[in-house]
Amino acid sequence: MDRDPTLRSRRSFLDMVIGLGFTGLAAAVLYPVARYLIPPVRSGPGTRSVVLDPDDPAQVDPETRIFVFGSRPGILVKGPGGQWKAFSAVCTHLSCTVRFQAESNQIWCPCHNGLFDLNGRNIPGTPPPRPLEEFEVHEREDESGKKTLLVSKGRSA
Amino acid sequence: MAQRLKGLIQWLDERVGLGDIRALGTHKQVPIHRHSIWYYFGGTTLFLFGVQAITGILLTLYYRPSPEEAYESVRFITGEVEFGWLIRAIHGWTANLIILVAMIHLFSVLFLRAYRKPREGTWFTGFAMLLLFLGFGFSGYLLPWNELSYFATRVGTEIPGAVPFIGDTIVQVMRGGEEVTGATLSRFYGLHIAILPAMFTLLLGVHLFLVQRHGMSVPESVEKASAGKPARTMPFLPNFMLRDMVGWLGVLGLLAGLAALAPEGDGFFVKLELGEKADLFGATPAGLRPEWYFLAMFYSLKLLPGHIFGIDWLVGEQVGVLCFTLVGAAFFFLPLIDRGKRFLLVRVAGSLVLVWLIVFTILGRVMK
Repeated sequence: MDRDPTLRSRRSFLDMVIGLGFTGLAAAVLYPVARYLIPPVRSGPGTRSVVLDPDDPAQVDPETRIFVFGSRPGILVKGPGGQWKAFSAVCTHLSCTVRFQAESNQIWCPCHNGLFDLNGRNIPGTPPPRPLEEFEVHEREDESGKKTLLVSKGRSA
Repeated sequence: MAQRLKGLIQWLDERVGLGDIRALGTHKQVPIHRHSIWYYFGGTTLFLFGVQAITGILLTLYYRPSPEEAYESVRFITGEVEFGWLIRAIHGWTANLIILVAMIHLFSVLFLRAYRKPREGTWFTGFAMLLLFLGFGFSGYLLPWNELSYFATRVGTEIPGAVPFIGDTIVQVMRGGEEVTGATLSRFYGLHIAILPAMFTLLLGVHLFLVQRHGMSVPESVEKASAGKPARTMPFLPNFMLRDMVGWLGVLGLLAGLAALAPEGDGFFVKLELGEKADLFGATPAGLRPEWYFLAMFYSLKLLPGHIFGIDWLVGEQVGVLCFTLVGAAFFFLPLIDRGKRFLLVRVAGSLVLVWLIVFTILGRVMK
């Protein structure tokens, strides 16, 4: 029986205010929860380089050619020209750890049979869509005449 | 004594209204026809969920969710706690069986078109619960923190990265960081024992309410055949319930047998052995495979090349994930898609998906 139009508009105005209030409340609750779910990015520099003795089985696994590069695995192989090559060992397909395969002289991912050549290039027809991330390798000699390798992330990375 | 009991029942009845509850149970009738066998699979899934809840709660008493202690605590459960091996084996076997039984339940509902009006909501909640089962399986798999589970989780959590724009964020939220670490373990633990069970309980409540509300669906062929004549039925309480429970007893016996004879799984489809502790920098072990219910997707991803037809923007992994998502969405929205005379299409498509699931699961397991 509300013939008075001002009564109608007053009611709908109040409905709107209450609706806005609840929407605001929901946002105020959901926003912190959503932000809470996204993990904070750890500050501090990540590993940029490591020094490796390629013949030390404790540093480079003799079979799989895997070494530890900061918080991720890397892989060290002798390239086609006989020079040392190092890559991130994280497969570009679905991030399994790749390994050196002596029989085929290729880098192989055991998860989905992805293959890379010794230049880290993905072999067409296998699942990986991109080459492995390449690290720079510098050979150096320490005071005792022992050869070691300095493996570092390129400036572009 | 009997007098006392009667008194107690009457006391309760006056306050709670037991009569209404009894009426709810006795009114329900279960139709009898040649497809009645499929009615049992929903109840069996429910029973298996109960087994998972109980064994899961028991496992939390000893399990410790941290990279330093998780593997050791599972080793402690299976090696030192009395009957710990049994509790873990039953939890592991049931996790596999429940997905199998739920899938049978789903496909029987699909092929009998039991999702048709008014039971759309029952289908939606049921399918969502199957997805939650997959989530339970995926999150629970990491908890022992062994080599296989670690790498399986690395691959599995990488998959949403194929989603355009927000993929990386999803991966980070799932992992609790850039990599699979202890943060991932904490997250998966919380997901596995609190978030998923809460969501599941909610959906289960709605699902059971709807089943009670609508009664059992009668297949169209049966409806047609018995046109006019009253269909044969049996009361849910006690007739059907007792039959259901005979089935549960059989399943419990099967579980006990499997857990006792093969506590580490059958070694082919179901692998429960603990193996080596996860080594974050180790090479991925050769022959790594996910749980059997992910094998069909796993093998499909294995077959897809990095770039389909060598086309740059057609990334194999993204195409694969998109296809799985579309098939999943089509299943979820099935009751809305199947309107009028589209059932033939649904039957053919459903059969194709079923054949794909079976063939690729076997291939995924057998092929190198």
